[in-house]
Amino acid sequence: MTMHTQPVIVNIGPHHPSTHGVFRMRLTMDGENILDVEPVIGYLHRGSEKLAEERHYTQVITLTDRMDYVASMTNNQAYVLSCEQLTGITPPDRGLYLRVIAAELQRVVSHLVATGFFLQDLGAFATPLMYAMRERERVLDLFEMLCGARITVSYMRIGGVFQDAPGEFWPALRRILDDFPSFIDELEDLISDNEIVRSRTQGVAVISGADAVNASITGPVLRASGVSWDLRKAAPYDVYDRVSFEVPLGEHGDNYDRYMIRIREIRESLKIVEQCVAQIEPGPVRATTAMLFRPPAGESYVPIEAPKGELGFYLVSDGSIAPYRMHVRAPSLINLTLLKQMLVGWKLADAIVSFGSIDVNMGEVDR
Amino acid sequence: MSPLEENHIFSGTYGFVTNTLGGPDWLAYGMGAVAVIMIVVNGFLLIGTLFTWMERKVVGRFQSRVGPNRVGPFGILQAIADAVKLLFKEDIVPRRADRLLFNAAPIVMLAPSLLALAVIPFGRGSYVADLNIAVLYVVAMGGIASLAVLMAGYSSGNKLALLGSMRAVAMLLSYEIPLVMALLGITLLAGSMSMVDIIEAQHVPFLLVSPLGALIFLIAMSAELNRPPFDVTEAESELVGGYLTEYSGMKFGVFYLAEFCNVVLAGALFAILFLDGWEWAILPSHLWFLIKVFGFLFVASWVRATLPRMRIDQILTFAWKYLFPLSLVNVLALAVETIAWPDPSLGQLWIMVAVNWVIAALAIPLLSLVVDLKTPARAGRRVSPVEEAI
Repeated sequence: MTMHTQPVIVNIGPHHPSTHGVFRMRLTMDGENILDVEPVIGYLHRGSEKLAEERHYTQVITLTDRMDYVASMTNNQAYVLSCEQLTGITPPDRGLYLRVIAAELQRVVSHLVATGFFLQDLGAFATPLMYAMRERERVLDLFEMLCGARITVSYMRIGGVFQDAPGEFWPALRRILDDFPSFIDELEDLISDNEIVRSRTQGVAVISGADAVNASITGPVLRASGVSWDLRKAAPYDVYDRVSFEVPLGEHGDNYDRYMIRIREIRESLKIVEQCVAQIEPGPVRATTAMLFRPPAGESYVPIEAPKGELGFYLVSDGSIAPYRMHVRAPSLINLTLLKQMLVGWKLADAIVSFGSIDVNMGEVDR
Repeated sequence: MSPLEENHIFSGTYGFVTNTLGGPDWLAYGMGAVAVIMIVVNGFLLIGTLFTWMERKVVGRFQSRVGPNRVGPFGILQAIADAVKLLFKEDIVPRRADRLLFNAAPIVMLAPSLLALAVIPFGRGSYVADLNIAVLYVVAMGGIASLAVLMAGYSSGNKLALLGSMRAVAMLLSYEIPLVMALLGITLLAGSMSMVDIIEAQHVPFLLVSPLGALIFLIAMSAELNRPPFDVTEAESELVGGYLTEYSGMKFGVFYLAEFCNVVLAGALFAILFLDGWEWAILPSHLWFLIKVFGFLFVASWVRATLPRMRIDQILTFAWKYLFPLSLVNVLALAVETIAWPDPSLGQLWIMVAVNWVIAALAIPLLSLVVDLKTPARAGRRVSPVEEAI
């Protein structure tokens, strides 16, 4: 005799502890098993792209801060690079180095938050998260020295950065560079080889390399599937062609690989910062540009490797002081494409963890 | 004399009512019993409250935080402040809730852990009753808590709560068996189910004599108590609050307190069954017993601060494929030894210690070789459980 059962629809979110903001998943479930997933987004839509049309080019920088608010520096970077292509302004070298230092530190912060919350989703009762947040604070202190802000930094400018790093910045950066490797080791000792973590994440929610490419997934999620694609190598911007670093690759494309990729990228980012500190030379940090400028009519797009994937600002200029149109290629949104394929057939607990492993930021998904 | 009449608190109250006040015998008997119950229950709740503070402090230190430090010295009154806050909160019953079950569930949760106290000896001669089936009684009371979880989850009218309570039932069914088997080993060793007899039988602490039993007890008890890594019934990152999702105000507070009290109770059980209760004392027996209990509680907090959560199917697989055979090995070994030495001397007990540790050291790795615990996820195969079923 078989019992008659019927699937039940469970709403995860928009107000749920592990939806990383206001994401909503309508899960059709058969007991604990997921039969169907329908992502619902748009709860954090603020119309940033439309707002940009009403502001002049420099003002838009503050809007980019608020897209991926865990990685404001790289948002700034993508936007100013696109503006520079539009106007043809070349920033001085020191400005470029400071940008790369800031961007790589931001990548460290973003990956720390991603791994911390990923492990929190696994149920590790906040201990790894607290460790990650503790170290994140130290990097945010550096940002505070650079520009006075910690989260919404607005540090980069069209033609360089806002200001040179103050004197106390360099010793503080040195201390972080010295301490961080041992902290990463500590975090890995705590949890990476944990049997429960492995059995919960290995082989779960696999994305094959081909699927990832077809869905135009980028960033750590793509590299965890074994596809070597990193815009810092493929299309170097700023000074990435002058530093050497490795692009860590995963093999299986499962949750565990996505977690390990981020840990390894933190180590690589520190290497990049190390080299930048060695190479940076005194000089101006910003090309002299007018606050209000009118770029020639045209369009520009410079993709960068943001912590979450390929981030680019597509700008169309009509020759006025404000962009005619701005469109953001947001990695968080596009990396969510395969969510259904990842989750169907797994259990509710896996859904939460797999969603956490993509590392999306709702501020960037909805903009 | 019944055990109650040996109790100092009881006899003191009894004597006070009959001699000083000149009250009737039945009144004195009732007053004496109430006095004992008041002291045991309130003392226990106080320890439970203290444990909520301790766990927050300990986990805080593990996470390089300070933990509560605002209310009273070292924040020790935090739990009281929380309780006062919860008392003043609005008591919300969801519209779709089954009111009767919804309101009864917190009571059903707390009552059994208080009832189980009756047989717990807190120190030399300090117990309410010395039941000859005490172990069985405690297990029976422990089972009721899961019923309360099911009641709460079912009556909340919330899908997440329902999922949480369904997980609780599945876990109860699976882990009750290894737990009982571990306790069966202890009963075989002591030749009695009475707590006092078990303590007196421990010339060598049963932690040493039955290491497998202690391990199984610890794991199965964590599952029974919904402690990490088995906290899938609450699973705040998956199910918001599990069966607690819809509870607010003091009903939530009672659930919270009951959970912590159950952990304290488990600590007391562990101290009695495996750490020889109040014996080997260098301090007054009550204090010594409490130290052992808090030792267990510290380990519980430690585990909570360290381990991530397992998935429900992994938890059940672990119980049936691994813990259950292991508990059978444990019972078999102890049964054979008990038949060989029905009344073991100290020397024979130490031989049993050696034999049992060897058995434990062999059984655990051997079993993991024989029993393939590898779920599809572990083996790295790229199939989900549903696809595999098809």
